[in-house]
Order: sequence, then structure tokens, then C-alpha cells
Amino acid sequence: MASAMLSLASASPSASLSLQENLKISWKRGTSSRINFLGSDFSKTKSFTRTSMTVAVKVSRFKDITMAPPDPILGVSEAFKADTHEMKLNLGVGAYRTEDLQPYVLNVVKKAENLMLERGENKEYLPIEGLAAFNKVTAELMFGADNAVIQQQRVATVQGLSGTGSLRLAAALMERYFPGARVLISSPTWGNHKNIFNDARVPWSEYRYYDPKTVGLDFDGMISDIKAAPDGSFVLLHGCAHNPTGIDPTPEQWEKIADVIQERNHIPFFDVAYQGFASGSLDEDASSVRLFAARGMELLVAQSYSKNLGLYAERIGAINVVCASSDAAARVKSQLKRLARPMYSNPPIHGARIVSNVVGNPELFNEWKEEMEMMAGRIKSVRQKLYDSLCAKDKSGKDWSFILKQIGMFSFTGLNITQSENMTNKWHVYMTKDGRISLAGLSSAKCEYLADAIIDSYHNVK
Amino acid sequence: MHSGVASPADRRLSALIRHLEGASNAMDSDTITASPTSGFPGARNSVFEHVVRAPEDPILGVTVAYNKDSSPLKLNLGVGAYRTEEGKPLVLNVVRRAEQMLLNDSSRVKEYLPIVGLADFNKLSAKLILGADSPAIQENRVTTVQCLSGTGSLRVGGEFLARHYHQRTIYIPLPTWGNHPKVFTIAGLSVKTYRYYDPVTRGLNFQGLLEDLGSAPSGAIVLLHACAHNPTGVDPTPQQWEQIRQLIRSKALLPFFDSAYQGFASGNLDADAHSVRLFVADGGECFVAQSYAKNMGLYGERVGALSIVCKSADVASRVESQLKLVIRPMYSNPPIHGASIVATILKDRNMFQEWTIELKAMADRIINMRQQLFDALRSRGTPGDWSHIIKQIGMFTFTGLNSEQVAFITKEYHIYMTSDGRISMAGLSSRTVPHLADAIHAAVTRVV
Repeated sequence: MASAMLSLASASPSASLSLQENLKISWKRGTSSRINFLGSDFSKTKSFTRTSMTVAVKVSRFKDITMAPPDPILGVSEAFKADTHEMKLNLGVGAYRTEDLQPYVLNVVKKAENLMLERGENKEYLPIEGLAAFNKVTAELMFGADNAVIQQQRVATVQGLSGTGSLRLAAALMERYFPGARVLISSPTWGNHKNIFNDARVPWSEYRYYDPKTVGLDFDGMISDIKAAPDGSFVLLHGCAHNPTGIDPTPEQWEKIADVIQERNHIPFFDVAYQGFASGSLDEDASSVRLFAARGMELLVAQSYSKNLGLYAERIGAINVVCASSDAAARVKSQLKRLARPMYSNPPIHGARIVSNVVGNPELFNEWKEEMEMMAGRIKSVRQKLYDSLCAKDKSGKDWSFILKQIGMFSFTGLNITQSENMTNKWHVYMTKDGRISLAGLSSAKCEYLADAIIDSYHNVK
Repeated sequence: MHSGVASPADRRLSALIRHLEGASNAMDSDTITASPTSGFPGARNSVFEHVVRAPEDPILGVTVAYNKDSSPLKLNLGVGAYRTEEGKPLVLNVVRRAEQMLLNDSSRVKEYLPIVGLADFNKLSAKLILGADSPAIQENRVTTVQCLSGTGSLRVGGEFLARHYHQRTIYIPLPTWGNHPKVFTIAGLSVKTYRYYDPVTRGLNFQGLLEDLGSAPSGAIVLLHACAHNPTGVDPTPQQWEQIRQLIRSKALLPFFDSAYQGFASGNLDADAHSVRLFVADGGECFVAQSYAKNMGLYGERVGALSIVCKSADVASRVESQLKLVIRPMYSNPPIHGASIVATILKDRNMFQEWTIELKAMADRIINMRQQLFDALRSRGTPGDWSHIIKQIGMFTFTGLNSEQVAFITKEYHIYMTSDGRISMAGLSSRTVPHLADAIHAAVTRVV
């Protein structure tokens, strides 16, 4: 920005005056103008400054900034909103919808919020690491309250801004304490993972995951790529309900993944955004993490309550670091705090209180489990219905069973970019360009329409 | 990308070597190596062995220490959180009302906010700080994004500047809020200081300020406290603000305002926004980080906003799109609760009025505490000129006590403050003023 042009608003020929003299003149004018803070005389001050000598640069310092493209996931909802077509369907972002395609606030959440308001709790700053009651219940939920890692106080838990914020804190820890260490991420993975590691300056590489031929897991590729990575890499694993594919390893495969990770001294890093949401059972969905913890491995787990408690906008989650000793855990926690302080000082209370009220209260906790089973159940039933519609309408013999085999909110349809675009442009079905659809946004009533769209895009578009 | 440094095996080996080498190594005082018998049987050494324990945050750590103290006389004048005359945290009535309204509204959902946050909140926040009739707003030259209170707004603004602005140096006042240098450094800016506080007058070192900003490279970023400077409570006069503005514009420096106390300093929202509006009125560009932690008592909700005033609507729109790229990999989108409370209050005429009244009451109580403390020191004949207590503005007073005197006060009188001698007047009450006055008197007469 070489040329910062100064121009003088008033008629005063002050260009030739020194700064000192300029200031003297404006000072003289200033002292004669009474400044009244109750508003009415503010306009006097304003007009005074307009005739004063120094005006700001004419050219924006930011004139060369380019328009960034819309977020590939969150941008889908924005595009959907703008569409006026009556059959439009939003299968973009992973946010649960009821059969009527309405957002859903869980009953237990409403109850918890009412309790909180009745109690009249204050709004003081949380400690940097977040709400203690929340940190306790979230670790217990993840590992099991009687798990050795909890009993031995070997878990450093810090409240984070949902999954994203928790991942970012972990990435910042990795960058600072494991300089040069890379993180292995699945191919494909959630679109924002790469952004998080890029911004945190943590190098990443991919391990094979999705096999388009089988529309299933490329297990050999996965093992081979994890094995080939430099000793001591971090391996990002989706605890359950892999996003975007919906394809999870079997328990036997998890054991083998743990074997190779231990062999190579890698550090497992779980992203758990769907605990309870995938199978409907909190414990079952935690089994991969608990399998690794049971082997005495050190590991990281990022948690999110966006989906399973429907607390999307409250931004509530946690980063857990399981260490070999309680002392290491205490030190790691202190360093996570040091990374959070210059990011946002301390995390927001509201969502944390909701979670600790629900999980900490046996009655609400049971009610939550029921609501979660209901949500997971609805998704399983639309999977079935979509599958049935596809089989009924598609006479090509294509195997659509991957829809039933995949788990969680998302299905990887196998549609390519052009086909996905056809889904949107011709059928007003909004999804991400990688072929991912969110079944949480699908109603039974629209399964047939969606089946038509998928069959058309798959067969008629290359 | 970093080039590979020590492998995990090397790191473990170094940790072991340090342990075996013994106490001569400075790291040992920080690194406590786990004994072989601790932890899970058969567990390997921790990959976190080399991670040392971080010290407590100097400001928030004061509260940690306070909480550990069992003395009935203890007083927390550390962190800047408002306390009532009874020493209790305060949730504003109007905030409770807004929360009840939100809860009663059955149409409300918890869907993700846009990356830039709640639209209403953003518009209302811009109006609050810039003035409802601000030409910058009318001309669509302002982009406002909801952020995590003041800290989050500063961090997002800093990251944006580190990526997109040609001058990566930011000048911060000496002294300033302890978290400022950390936020900007980690955001990727290089931090320099400009003279601000004069310990002799306990007022503004205006000459030093002008000199230092005058010698800053063209285009450098300048952090300005919009009002109620933290930690000193010393603000420029309106005339001084005008001079600062002219200097900044003449050198094409980029002003970045931190506005954490609008309405809290003088009791008047417009008066406390004067400095910001002065700059915006000349048509130039600036950044403003706003916080609702203090003025709406929403501390833990983390509500704030970053406004960037640009030369044109087109630039503002492009800037906004780039801000989203900073935010998305940090936390995706901001929390809804606090922003909804703020929007509810700001958009309702009655609630807005109610808020200004409650806000003025808080500001007045603090001004009252200043007067009481000043009178108490005078009546004790405490040596020194304590008039700065009533001249300084906002939540904090820079007492002028040195760190030995502060340590003495904490130890003997169980009064907690930051080691720079900053006290939060918001933490005082009529009942506790005498105790503090005694402590200051003792420190000043017995500890040098």
C-alpha cells in the first residue's frame, strides 16, 4: 500500500505547515468548541472535525482483498435458504430435523434451561478450562465413570467451543509441543479438519479410508498408510459415525488399527461428534475410544454436544487428553489453558450448564437417552425407507445396500461433483459436493422424491 | 510447515537424560517426571513428558489464589467483574427479563448461527458503538461479526490483519491489559509499545505518546482503549483524542479500538463512544472490538463483536468473507445465548432504557467507591497524593503500589490484586473500603 494519500478537507492551506503547526491550529479551534456529552452538542464536534485538517487515507488499505468463497458446508444452507422451489430439500449441514423437517430442541434441554433460570445462577467468568461440573461429567460420559483413566486422574479435560474449538485447542497443543509431528486424516474427512490444522500450522497427510468400489472401508489401505507414516504421528480417527461417509470400522478392525498405531508409536486422536447418535447407545458409540484407553494408550478425544444434545448454537464440547500419569495430565491441562486464554479467555457458560444439568441428573439423563434413541431411530428408519424406494425405482441392479450399512447422520452416496450439482440444480436437493447427504434432514415423506433425484443423477449425469 | 525436529523417541530420551542429570538443569523445577511406578502398569513413558506446567494466568490466577485463601477478611480486587455493595456478582434485571422472554418463546431453536453470528446482534452492536446515525453504517461500509467477547474480537481482528494487512506491527500502550500482547503475538503480529502512563503524575504521558506514535512506521496498527483504560483508568481528554486522531491519520496508522467499558466508564453510552466516533467521522478506516462482559454483566456468556469500518461497501463485504475464513477453523460459529440476550435488550426501547439505568447505577457505585477510598486515605493521613483515585475512570485504579507492597497487602491483609498494583473498584464496598485503606496505609508506610 505505497500511496497513502492525504487530502485536506478544509480550505486552509495547511499542506505546507508542519505537523506541529497543524496541531496548534486545530487545538485553538478545539478549545473554542464546547463538547457536551449528552448528545445534543455532538454534532458541533462532528462538524468541527470535518473542517479540521487531517483526513484519513482515500484508498482502502484492504482494497486488494479478494472475496473468499462460501464455506462448502455451511454455505449450502445459505444457498438453500435463497431457493424458493417448493420441493427443495436441505441435506447439507448435519443438523437433526424432525419428520416435519423442523429443527428440534430436546425436552431435557428445555427442562434444564428452566431449572437454570429458576435457580437464578450468576454469569461470572468460568475458569479458563471451563465449568468444572461439565468437565467432570463429559469425561465420565466418554470413558465411563469407573474407567481407570478417570479413577487415576489421567485425563486432562478442558471445555472447548464444541467439536471445532476442541480440535483447534488440540491442534495448537500439537503445534507447540510436537513441532514437525503431522496428523494423519482420513480420505475423505469432515471438510473443516484440514482448515483447522492448516490454521494451526500442523502438517497433515491422508490415509486411505473410503473405497468407492465397495462404497465401504478400504481397510488394507488404511492400515498400510498408517504404518507408513513417520513414527509418532497423530492419527485422527472418527470415534463413530464417520463424517462424511458413515462407514465405521468393525470392532475387530478397531483392534487392528490400535495394533498398528501402537506399533508405530503414533498418538490416536479421536473426533467424537456423535456419541449416542450413531447407534442410539452412548456406551456402544464410545467403544472405539474405550478400546484404545483400555490398552493403556495415551490419546486425545474431542467431543461435541451439538448433535446428541441438539446444542448446535451453544458451542459446547471438550478436549480430553489421556496421559500416562496424573502429573502429565495436570501439566497438559495447564498448557491447554495457556492456548485458550489468547483465543477467547474462557468458554461460554450456557451450554456447559445445560450439559452438566442433564448428564448430572439421573432423571434427565434417562430422558435424554430416550430422546437420543428416538432421533437415532428416525434416521435408521429413513435410511430404510430411502433404500426401499431406491430398490423399487431403480431397475439397473445397482447395489444400494450401502445406505443401510452406513451409520449416523450422513450417507456417502458415491455421487461425484457433477452429479451432486445436478441434484441441486435440477432437483433442488442441497448437499455437499463430495456426494454427502445428511439423512437427518430427510423426512419419510420425501424419500421417494430423493430416490428419483439420486437415480437420475447417478445414471443420467457423468 | 516445520521441518522435522526431535522424534518422539528423541524427546523421551532427552526427558530421561534431563531427569538423570539432576537438579542443575533449570527445567527440573518445572518438569516433574512421573515415577516408574505411577500410571497404568506397563504403560510406556508419556509422550507429554516434555510438557512443563504453565504458570497460572497472572490476572485470572489472582482469583485462583483468592479462592484458596480461608481468611474471613479476604477481598478480591483482582479480576474486573462488578460486585454489588454486598460483594455479590450481579445479573442485571433486564438481562433476567430477556432470558425469560427467550425461554418463553417456543419458536426459538438452537440451530447453528451463521459464521459471522446473529445478524440482529451485529447490526445493533455496530449502532451502539458507532451511533445509530453513523454515515459509515448507512453507507454499508461497516462489517460486524459476532465474536467471543473482547478477547475473541481482538484475536479474530489480529489474525485477519496478520494475513491481509501489509504492516504486521501493532503498537500497544504501556501498560495495557495483560492479555493484549499474548493475543496479538499468537495471532501473528509483532508487538511494540508506545508510552502511555506517567508514574510521576499518575496520568497520561501525552508527549511520549505523540512521540512514539509519531515515530511508528507508516501504516502500523495502533491499539487504543476506547475509554476507561485498563489497567490505569487514565484516558485522553477529548482535545487529546483529536490530536491523536490527527497524528494517526497523518501517518496512515490503523486504529484498533478495544471497547470493553462503553457506558461503564462515565455512565453514558455516547460519551464513552466519543473516541471511536471521532475517528469514524473523518471517513477513515478502523477496527473496533466490543465486549458486553461488563456493561451488560454477561461475562461468562462471552458476547462481543468485531466491527471493521472500511472505505467502501465493496471492501467491507470482501473483508467479511475473509473474516469467516479465520473464524470457521477456530470455532465454526459463535454461541447464541449471550448474543440473543443483547439483541433482545438493544432492540426494545423500554429494555434499552432499563439497561441504561442499571448501567449508570453500576458506574455511579464505582465512582462512589473511588470517592470513599480517597477520603479514607486522606483521613488516615496516608503519605502521597491519592487524587488519581478520583481522577482515573472506569473499573480499575492504578494505585501506584509496587509489587512488594502488593505482596505485603495480600499476605498481611488478604486483599488480592494484580502485581502491577491494579485494583478493581468494582470489588469494593462501603464496608470493605476501610480495610483496603488500612492495607494501603500500612504498605506505603512500612514497605518501600
